[in-house]
Amino acid sequence: MTVYTKGVVFDGVDFDDPDCWKLDRYVKRGGYAALRKIIEGSISQDSVIAEVKLSALRGRGGAGFPTGLKWSFMPRQFPGQKYLVCNTDEGEPGTFKDKDIIELNPHALIEGMIIAGYAMGISVGYNYIHGEIFQDYRRFEAALQEARDAGLLGENILGSGFSFQLYAHHGYGAYICGEETALLESLEGKKGQPRFKPPFPASFGLYGKPTTINNTETFASVPFIIREGGQKFLELGKPNNGGTKLFSISGHVSRPGNYEVPMGMPFAELLALAGGMRDGGKLKAVIPGGSSAPVLPAQIMMDVTMDYDSISKAGSMLGSGAVIVMDESVCMVKALRRLSYFYYEESCGQCTPCREGTGWLYRIVDRIERGEGSLGDLDLLESLGKNIAGRTICALGDAAVMPVQGMLKHFRDEFLFHIENKRCLVH
Amino acid sequence: MLTADSLFQIDLELKKYPESQKRSAVMSALRIAQSELGWLSQDTIKFVAGYLGLMPMAVYEVATFYNMYDLAPRGKYKLTVCTNLPCALSGGEDALDYLKRKLSISIGEVTADGRFSLHEGECMGACGYAPVVLVNNHSMCRNMTPQAIDSMLAEFD
Repeated sequence: MTVYTKGVVFDGVDFDDPDCWKLDRYVKRGGYAALRKIIEGSISQDSVIAEVKLSALRGRGGAGFPTGLKWSFMPRQFPGQKYLVCNTDEGEPGTFKDKDIIELNPHALIEGMIIAGYAMGISVGYNYIHGEIFQDYRRFEAALQEARDAGLLGENILGSGFSFQLYAHHGYGAYICGEETALLESLEGKKGQPRFKPPFPASFGLYGKPTTINNTETFASVPFIIREGGQKFLELGKPNNGGTKLFSISGHVSRPGNYEVPMGMPFAELLALAGGMRDGGKLKAVIPGGSSAPVLPAQIMMDVTMDYDSISKAGSMLGSGAVIVMDESVCMVKALRRLSYFYYEESCGQCTPCREGTGWLYRIVDRIERGEGSLGDLDLLESLGKNIAGRTICALGDAAVMPVQGMLKHFRDEFLFHIENKRCLVH
Repeated sequence: MLTADSLFQIDLELKKYPESQKRSAVMSALRIAQSELGWLSQDTIKFVAGYLGLMPMAVYEVATFYNMYDLAPRGKYKLTVCTNLPCALSGGEDALDYLKRKLSISIGEVTADGRFSLHEGECMGACGYAPVVLVNNHSMCRNMTPQAIDSMLAEFD
């Protein structure tokens, strides 16, 4: 697998060095300079937040919410404990960027979280890590210990009087815990079932206390923004789409991997960077933002640029930046069947429309795939979608519906062929 | 029921959370118990509940919600293969089929000698390394072509 960077999250990382994750290597490439700059220059909390706002950094977990704005929601004068939480529960099919951040550059995340803690006056943080990447959980714990031993983390950081404790917490196999309130429930030792919002975590979060939750890549972008300035980060990307972004490219490309490139890079260029199509295949379709994002056919994809606004205009979403590339050997009915099974399996069971609806979606797509579908099934899928989306506590219901809608919009003929001919057009 | 070492590890986890929030350590405690005993029996779940001062049902709920906890004995080597779409495009299903043939078992079964069990997993967040096989929940093997699977199996005792 390839990891490629134009700098920010993986700024200066030598991927061939097996010790590239260690503290001494991180410091050598400018690590913890941002933290020192804040502490030694006594930069105010407001100035740190203003710099993050200037950068136009948007949440890298999928929702794309402006990070500086989120930080400004945190009550500064709250008398009790407040919490900072990092979401490394990366389980959206197609996404594997946060895994590489904590494996190859964990200190960027640690430094970003310390800075965030400073900016919002928070003294305790947790990083919730996807259970399946347990080796990386261990790696992150080792990096935390290095930071503690060097006086960069813990009590009285660098003699500043500011203290910040940071701990790793692991999941154990539940996609839903990537949803921020399910993650908080899980962190409290419960089933990961999402909470009603409002109240939002900024007022009622972990243990009922004000809490800010950001994605791994978001936090790991912060040291660069403070060190080099928000303006420089912004200029790497496009207006309203600041900085670089990590794109996890999987599927039928020659070099799958993580590519950190400026926001707004044309998709065609990104595809070329990943070595183009594998074995000379022809591009059929792309899911541009993780399995929940509606699929886009090749001719639309080849015209989009990789940023929130362009992909949204094309009828899909950038999401977490997971780009699933499919060539003409892929049967779209079979592809959707596998994704629908995933949402059925991972629904937490709390809301009826999602618990029951995801099962219906899967069973209908499954029978179409097996050649046992009827023409009415396509209308049934549409109507089911309308009865799930927007009717559940969290977005998993919507996430299950969007791939179905995208497939029916762009590849309806393949579904019709399966129903009418009781076999697949591709295989 | 658990060794002193396992209890020591649970105590370390407890230090991460506020004194009044011992429940937060339940996921780690179950993971540590499972690593020692191989799976989570109802007695083990009750023991963990007692150790953390929780209702057994609260711990049972967690053990049944998260799919990496094993509520029945499994093979000495638990092999979980991701077959989700991104992995399937890069040989995830082929890896699972190869393991089925090689071990002569289906998904959810244990080999007659008790050494291997085979499981189908959901997204492990490592699609770029497909095909991916997770061994005993904690060790991820990447790029598992048939040859790589053969050498992996040869390394187990």
